[in-house]
Amino acid sequence: MELNLLGVSVFGVLGLIGVGFYGLLVCRNLIKVVIALQILVKAALLALALAGRASGQINLAQSLVITVIVADTIVAVIGMALAVQVRRLLGTLDVGALANLRG
Amino acid sequence: MFDAAICVCFLVFGIQAIRAKQLISSVLWLAGVSALLSIILYRLGAYQAAVIELSVGAGLVTVLFVFAISIAGDETQAYPRLIPLGFAAILAFVLIVVLAWFILPVELEPTTATEPQLGVLLYQQRGLDLVVQLVLIFAGTLGLLGLLAEASAPLQYPAAREVAAARQRDLEAMTKQSLGEEAR
Repeated sequence: MELNLLGVSVFGVLGLIGVGFYGLLVCRNLIKVVIALQILVKAALLALALAGRASGQINLAQSLVITVIVADTIVAVIGMALAVQVRRLLGTLDVGALANLRG
Repeated sequence: MFDAAICVCFLVFGIQAIRAKQLISSVLWLAGVSALLSIILYRLGAYQAAVIELSVGAGLVTVLFVFAISIAGDETQAYPRLIPLGFAAILAFVLIVVLAWFILPVELEPTTATEPQLGVLLYQQRGLDLVVQLVLIFAGTLGLLGLLAEASAPLQYPAAREVAAARQRDLEAMTKQSLGEEAR
């Protein structure tokens, strides 16, 4: 039963990492890129919890997962702020439009 | 069986979050991924992490996404792709295979020592992490201020105008050049 849960979760981690990576490669909308990044991080969270369960250190894994959740939320907020400002400045959410920015 | 169903839904929700045309649909699928992740975390025994993931991942982040979309607007137009879809899928598949090569098979290690409580781990043994989290939350607050900041009129679309003017100049130069060649 235990191995079944772990095996199925590993399947979920691998699949979701693939989906997130594919999304990062394919999406050109800035907000969609942040969503793909969120999916990748969720796969990493599950992998951390899985490793903690497999090694019998679930509390250590939980402390790491909580840290990653906080960092992930901040990354999402900064990414969305960047997307909103790019939309205001350039009138589009296209990632390619960032090449036109000059300092 | 229940775990397998949850994991399949987890994957399907993730795929739908990428596939959805509208941004708001993507965000709702992402909230579903977070909710299912919290169920899996709970089943794995990470109870506190599951609660935080449900409240922050499925709640706070979703609200922030909806807020950002309401400000930035939903763009449904398709941009030209930099990478062909098939090539991107092959790259993602190769990544999965390489990761599976390193991870599998997963084996349970026998627990030898008793593990400290989460509070002891979080506040005493990993105190530096908490300091870093505080700094991150401060940075996030600044980011939220950026999200809320209103652009003044002179700042609106200056780079877009500049890009359009440069394209117009290039076009005029090309037209003059072609006219000159025709005159010869």
